[in-house]
Amino acid sequence: MNPTLKALLITLALVVAGALIFPSSYYFRVGSLIWINTISVTGIVVLLGYVGLVSLGHAGFFAIGAYAVAVLPGYGVPSGAALFVGAAAAGLLAMVIGRPILRLSGYYLAIATLGLGMLIWMVLTKESWLTGGPDGMVVAGFNPRHWFALVGIKMKSTEAWYWLTGLVATIGVVLAVNLGNSPWGRALRAVHDSDVAASSLGVDVARAKVVAFAISAVYAAVAGSLLALANGYITPDTAGFMHSVEMVTMAVLGGATTVYGAIVGSLILTALPQVLTFVAEYEHIVLGGVMVATMVAMRRGLVPALGDLAHRLAMRGRSK
Amino acid sequence: MSELLQFVLSGVTVGAIYAAVALGFTLIYNASGVVNFAQGEFVVIGGMTAAALIALGVPVIIAAPLAVIAGTLVGIALYRLAIKPAGKAPLVSLVIITIGASIFLRGVMQVVFDKQIHRYEGFSGDDALRFLGATLLPQSLWIIGGSFVVFAALAWFIGHTHAGRGIRATASNRFAAVLVGINTGRAMNLSFALSAGIGALAGVLATPVTFTSYDAGVLMALKGFSATMLGGVGSPAGALVGGFAIGLIEAMTAGYISSDYKDAAAFIVILLVLFVMPQGLFGRRTTERV
Repeated sequence: MNPTLKALLITLALVVAGALIFPSSYYFRVGSLIWINTISVTGIVVLLGYVGLVSLGHAGFFAIGAYAVAVLPGYGVPSGAALFVGAAAAGLLAMVIGRPILRLSGYYLAIATLGLGMLIWMVLTKESWLTGGPDGMVVAGFNPRHWFALVGIKMKSTEAWYWLTGLVATIGVVLAVNLGNSPWGRALRAVHDSDVAASSLGVDVARAKVVAFAISAVYAAVAGSLLALANGYITPDTAGFMHSVEMVTMAVLGGATTVYGAIVGSLILTALPQVLTFVAEYEHIVLGGVMVATMVAMRRGLVPALGDLAHRLAMRGRSK
Repeated sequence: MSELLQFVLSGVTVGAIYAAVALGFTLIYNASGVVNFAQGEFVVIGGMTAAALIALGVPVIIAAPLAVIAGTLVGIALYRLAIKPAGKAPLVSLVIITIGASIFLRGVMQVVFDKQIHRYEGFSGDDALRFLGATLLPQSLWIIGGSFVVFAALAWFIGHTHAGRGIRATASNRFAAVLVGINTGRAMNLSFALSAGIGALAGVLATPVTFTSYDAGVLMALKGFSATMLGGVGSPAGALVGGFAIGLIEAMTAGYISSDYKDAAAFIVILLVLFVMPQGLFGRRTTERV
């Protein structure tokens, strides 16, 4: 099957399956969080899985999206347009910052994004005239149930948010798969395997990296806008270092080379603290432990590892 | 004038700490090629352990060495349990491992100690000394003096002992070092231990002035990085100069521009270095080998 179509069907099926089995609003609420995380983690997959670069500041881009829909409506920009402004701003910032850094190889992006994320967090915390400071700010009301009502479907707000975030996540996943299988995506993967080999085949390595970085920033910003609108409230913690780490951990755990890894990673690490409350208390130990353990024992992450296992079992079955 | 002197004094004090962090980075980077994002945690482990012991009534003269030993052991554990098992993992994986380790250590500190901000009395009391119209905490002298002793001891160790030469050989070319019979595994172990020990010692000395808490490590690592990059990645002399430079830049930013954004100074330096002179002040301009 065409990989893009396959991604569309699988993701949609998961969205629908969730809606069918969720017994209460609470589940729909957690479901929306899972899809919002899927969006930002899919951005990490494009950057980490496709090109092989680590960002430790994606929460900064996430917060740009979030604060765009929080601040701009106060200046007369509608929420929907503000989402696009936030996404464009994040993408542009990534390009400006990324261009000089990504000419250099290795870990420089990780260090620079670590600083960038902190700088954004600092600005959001200190410039309280604009952002409400550490207490955060209220995000103007926006309710997707009215959209669904327009086409004659009546549902609760939490359900409407679930469907909206699920659909946006589906679009994000499909676009990422499509990118991965396009000539551009193959260029990105070539860079992942070897900068030198890729450039000898005519890939503009620096440009490929900048584009991937900008795309992943846009994913984070869109996810941020959706979270701010769904919560109706936003604080600078969204830009915090731990949030960036969380995104990378989700990608690493699920398997950064595939968008399905983004879905599985978001699902596990979003649902886990809800099921096991001690996980939230020991957030640092769990996230850090998962990162190290995955990298040491199962470097490619859950989804590729399970894929390998299924393949091996199938081969054994055939040889018998 | 006394205002400027005041800023210089505080800049040199924190600069000594950043220089120690940067030196720790350089040790590990040179020996293993790993960019250790958990470097800041070593500093915090030193500070928090000392604070906890002192709060229990242990005298400083015993608490301080114990804290340094605790940091050193964590450094060895990091190498044995996380870096070594990863084997020949790609750079990206190693970066993720050290980030994971730093978050993990934060979590452990949060559980073992607490979420409060800690400090203890300076080794020679907290009465400020007056100096040309500026004031100086006696602990600042401990910090500056302590770091110079550490730098000198390290230079001697690396330059004049058998084990130190092993580290240098491993840093210069790991494969060749193995061929001439150097135990590179031991050299790596030693690099992580030394690096963590230096970090923990910096934490023990700095905590009376800078305070510490379980999550202070990231910012410390970021400053150490910017010192390393300003000085030139891989150069120990660069780490020292970079550390003091970052400390001074930060103190001037806090004094003359805005104390809200003093932590931003380190990041601006990273960006400027990357934009203008990626090899740093003392780094060699390298051509990548294919």
